[in-house]
Amino acid sequence: MSPLLGRIKTPSVIPGFGLTLGFTLLYLSLVVLIPLSALILKTTELTWEQFWATVTDPRTLAAYKLSFGASLAGALINLVFGSLAAWVLVRYRFIGRRVLDAMVDLPFALPTAVAGIALTTLYTENGWLGRYLEPLGIRVAFAPLGVVVALTFIGLPFVVRTLQPVIEDLDRELEEAAASLGARRITTLRRVILPELWPAMLTGFTLALARALGEYGSVVFISGNIVGETEIPPLLIIMKLEEYDVGSATAIAVVMLLASFLLLLMINLLQWWSARRHVAARITLRVSPSAGGV
Amino acid sequence: MSIRIQNISKHFGSFAALDQVSLDIQTGELVALLGPSGSGKTTLLRVIAGLERPDPDSGAILFHDQDVADRSVTTRGVGFVFQHYALFKHMTVFENVAFGLRVRPWQQRPSRREIRERVQKLLALVQLEWLANRYPSQLSGGQKQRVALARALAVEPKVLLLDEPFGALDAKVRQELRQWLRRLHDEIHVTSVFVTHDQEEALEVADRVVIMNQGRIVQIGTPEEVFNHPANEFVMNFLGTVNVFQGRLETGRAFFGPLEVDPSSLFHNQAGRAARAFIRPHELEVNTHKNGQPSFRARVIHINAAGPQAKLLLESENGESVQVEMPRDRFQSMGIKRGDDVYVSPKNMRVFMEDYVI
Repeated sequence: MSPLLGRIKTPSVIPGFGLTLGFTLLYLSLVVLIPLSALILKTTELTWEQFWATVTDPRTLAAYKLSFGASLAGALINLVFGSLAAWVLVRYRFIGRRVLDAMVDLPFALPTAVAGIALTTLYTENGWLGRYLEPLGIRVAFAPLGVVVALTFIGLPFVVRTLQPVIEDLDRELEEAAASLGARRITTLRRVILPELWPAMLTGFTLALARALGEYGSVVFISGNIVGETEIPPLLIIMKLEEYDVGSATAIAVVMLLASFLLLLMINLLQWWSARRHVAARITLRVSPSAGGV
Repeated sequence: MSIRIQNISKHFGSFAALDQVSLDIQTGELVALLGPSGSGKTTLLRVIAGLERPDPDSGAILFHDQDVADRSVTTRGVGFVFQHYALFKHMTVFENVAFGLRVRPWQQRPSRREIRERVQKLLALVQLEWLANRYPSQLSGGQKQRVALARALAVEPKVLLLDEPFGALDAKVRQELRQWLRRLHDEIHVTSVFVTHDQEEALEVADRVVIMNQGRIVQIGTPEEVFNHPANEFVMNFLGTVNVFQGRLETGRAFFGPLEVDPSSLFHNQAGRAARAFIRPHELEVNTHKNGQPSFRARVIHINAAGPQAKLLLESENGESVQVEMPRDRFQSMGIKRGDDVYVSPKNMRVFMEDYVI
């Protein structure tokens, strides 16, 4: 093993660190890093002025705002109701539970275009739901709200499927202990259960958000693509490409990429920070006796 | 606070976890519920706590002569300690102990300063003041269980219930902690009930021992009473190692295993009923020669002389295994080796005839 590898790795009984790390790097490069750097490289065809003009165009800005706003809204809705659904599916036994449980995966399986068309049909003026919402002044199809609905739909499984195993592993005795100490159900939920579930909820939220940011198929149907109002960045990119304006398309994509990366990085840091409070100290405690013995 | 349990039953499906159980516990007592797994001891404890509801048509549970059947665990005023601690992982030791005080409705909630003082006092009581700011994951098993105990005591329970409190700890810590629990109880005198499957633990710690089997109470008494006067074969068997000898009659002579006894004393008018003799390993005397006492011959199969008592495994001429314990110094002075033939005579024995005790 090279001296460099020897220095960056802590001793382990599992062999093949060099080989597996090498393969991991190669794989990540081929699948993620090289395509993305090619993307960034492509933007260098533009001058700074052209780049800036493209990404600060009011139409582009409106698209960014819609995409991030609707994705966050959708992920937040899923965080609340997805958690609730996961809780119900794990904790209660009722007729039709398995069917309901299987239905959670449908947004995974359904082609997003089909989902988009279905949702649009449902929410247009004459749709099953639209006909009751429209008179109330609530416009869903061909409006920003429709984008939120579509992104909520496709993000739901992420929150539910992340939380289910964690809720299943939740120690019932914790709830019994809290109750025996005089805590009411709502206090137990707030002070004992939610803190236990929080890391998994954050993971589910992140996955749903990431999925929503990249969504295209379902949104283009329900949004109606009204210029400067319900357009999303992926749509603008396609339009630029159809005009053979590859430089502008990549410019929009690069900003989307960086913003998404920063957002996900922030959530990861938040997760690391909340986990660190209980784990970091434990790790130092575990390591120190053995280090002393060496 | 006294506890009175009257004819409580609890079924899980068709399985009777508790079958018409009645029990009185006096104020300030430390009582052990002892039994093998599945005997209903934990269910009984959880019924007392209010974590489990007894069958709707069964009897009453009274705390200080007041029926608590309709009070949930939240309002019953019991402290409960779990086998696996059930500490809140995301809270420090201090926050764990303070939890019961912090969740009170604000009219009854002590001030921040009072909470701090109370928690520090409790942590001093369990000798863990120096760990107040640690998280549960940084504690050893014994420390965790003491934190769990302090947390349960923080709400000033009228009754303290402990479910196999030392079950998850290793032998040495267990030994220390049970002596510590006994001293703690002598200090604070809260009515306490603890569940255990370890007879040694129950006999060492409790004021009274309740022995359970198959959802029923088999015997209640002080450790001395239940050990020396077991009510039946089950209790005899459960409270420590015992040699069991099947009784039989052969041409007018009576035997318990290899041991010949006076037939008139044991078998008169009991013909046809199965009798069995129970002899504890320390109640058998081993000699290298016959000494006039009734005895039988046996061969030494295995010797374990590690500890204050030397433990011998013998085999009688009929092939029955017999366990014997004797003080280590006596064992050494006799110079017995593996493969030697010895004479075994009982100093004491108990004979049970079906469920009837002689």
